Amino acid sequence: MASTLMKPATPELATTPEKRRMGAAAQNRLGNVIVFLILAVGSLAMLAPLLWMFTTALKTKVEVFALPPVWIPDPPQWNTFVRMWSEAPIASGIMNSLIVALTVTVVGSVTSALAAFALAKMRLPYKNAIFLGLLTGLMVPYPTIMIPQFVMFSRLHWVDTLLPLIVPLLFGNIIMIFFLRQYLSSVPDSMIEAAKIDGASYLQIFRKMIMPMIRPAIAAQFILWFMAIWNDYLSPILYLNTPEKQTLQVVIANLNVEFATQRDYPLIMAASFVALLPILIVFLIFQRQIIESVALTGSKG
Amino acid sequence: MTQTADVAPPTTGRRSKAAARPGGGTHRLHRSEHRWALAFVAAPIIGFLLFTLYPIGFAVYASLTSWNGLGPMTFVGLENYVTLFQDEYFRIALYNTFFYMLGIPIGLALSLVLALALNRRIPGRTAFRAIYYVPVISSLAAIAIVWQFAYNGDFGLINQVLAWFGIDGPDWLQNTATVKPAIIIMAIWKGLGYSMLLYLAAIQGVPASLYEAAALDGANAWQRFRSITLPMVRPVTFFLVVTSIIAGSQIFTEINIMTPAGGPEFSSASVVWYIFRKAFKYQQMGYATTMAVVLGLLVFAITLIQFRINRRNDFSID
Repeated sequence: MASTLMKPATPELATTPEKRRMGAAAQNRLGNVIVFLILAVGSLAMLAPLLWMFTTALKTKVEVFALPPVWIPDPPQWNTFVRMWSEAPIASGIMNSLIVALTVTVVGSVTSALAAFALAKMRLPYKNAIFLGLLTGLMVPYPTIMIPQFVMFSRLHWVDTLLPLIVPLLFGNIIMIFFLRQYLSSVPDSMIEAAKIDGASYLQIFRKMIMPMIRPAIAAQFILWFMAIWNDYLSPILYLNTPEKQTLQVVIANLNVEFATQRDYPLIMAASFVALLPILIVFLIFQRQIIESVALTGSKG
Repeated sequence: MTQTADVAPPTTGRRSKAAARPGGGTHRLHRSEHRWALAFVAAPIIGFLLFTLYPIGFAVYASLTSWNGLGPMTFVGLENYVTLFQDEYFRIALYNTFFYMLGIPIGLALSLVLALALNRRIPGRTAFRAIYYVPVISSLAAIAIVWQFAYNGDFGLINQVLAWFGIDGPDWLQNTATVKPAIIIMAIWKGLGYSMLLYLAAIQGVPASLYEAAALDGANAWQRFRSITLPMVRPVTFFLVVTSIIAGSQIFTEINIMTPAGGPEFSSASVVWYIFRKAFKYQQMGYATTMAVVLGLLVFAITLIQFRINRRNDFSID
């Protein structure tokens, strides 16, 4: 594209190589058009299931099974989004998911940040052994330890409460510790030493100096963690039996079984749509931060 | 999961130890610093011991017992492991789990093409990037629900669209031949945006001078891709392959939601689905734990191989 602008400036150079470059530019532009069209079709394929989810929610139960298919319901049954609150424990599901995700991410971020500070900037014997030990925890797949954990928590009578989903995660998240530690390693030691000479305690240094510094890194990891917990399905179905105590993902999964026999697909789709809406909104707002921190995850791998 | 790869910068520890030695006067100060540091890392250490290490030990022991989760644990030695290797269902579940991983190379190839496309100066590339990323952030449970319905033979979106092209699609999830491919297609759709994003970041990190030099040497687009882009994104490919295998070995949610009974003739059941079922439906906790331990060993082996290859190729992407 840039070469088109250069053309009048160098008329005598308009020999074969220049022409070839012009040709390449035109080819490039044609290529971009084709790529754009392919990407547009691809986007449609990416969004189609979600759009279909939404339109199905607006259909009547009969329209769902109509042949030929009804693509845009007329009139749209907005009522589905109203009746679902009374026909299924969606409100309690949202509440429970929020309680779990917020408690875990808020408390867990603080414990992770404290640990990252100690591991990056403080003197501690066997510090790296500790860090490596914690990292090995990442190699353990959750299904391997889920049965022993379940037994532990059932002995504490925590089954059918949110506690088994919250308590283990309050102790910090090693992925977050890893990234915060990485982030802190660029902070010069002299800054912390100076604060110590000024008589600041370690907690004060953490609160007044470290926290403000690592806030962007925490925010990025916080969002990713929140989304992961909000979307979690395996551990909640192990523990939560009473419908009113279930998190949103379990609620919609059970609706899927229960209401499918009544062929109430609009309700299932409406509830599922509501289940992914909050994260979708968070994503649209923090798109740039999320995308950047995810890209970082890969490059640090 | 695999961020463990090239961490362990030993410098900080050595420096602090060296700094701790000279000057006996500061010794007490350092001891106080040690105490504070230990207090700060205490939570993750306790969490690790309590919720990872202890459960592992317990799992290994439980795998050697016959146990229903409530009653006493009867030690049976390696009996569960012997049963496991004769268990036809476990074999099928393992086969299915590996079958699902066939989607990994397809997904990676597609996402690399996608990343190359999004690397061009085209209008709306930020919007495209976000759109392709939407399935990644979406709840897997909700996605599995909508895809289960989309795969419905008569009223599903997939067959309705196929009908435009005169194709009479099968009843995807009720058919032993199509249920696994159906789940793979969904998984690719869901994960495409993630690997695309990592590839895009890697491609944008390639110095432009490399391409300019290659262009001067008369390399065409394909040659530039083969000898510059592909080698430069190899660490990301490697990372994605390993994390996808580890995640793939634990595939559960989509199986349990889309095919609650494990599919026709057990054809969609995965290892974790089978563990879950044995443990929480049939209360065969001992036997289920045995499978869980085997799964853990499998993942551990994959991670170890990654460490080895990582060291040999000496990737340094910091």
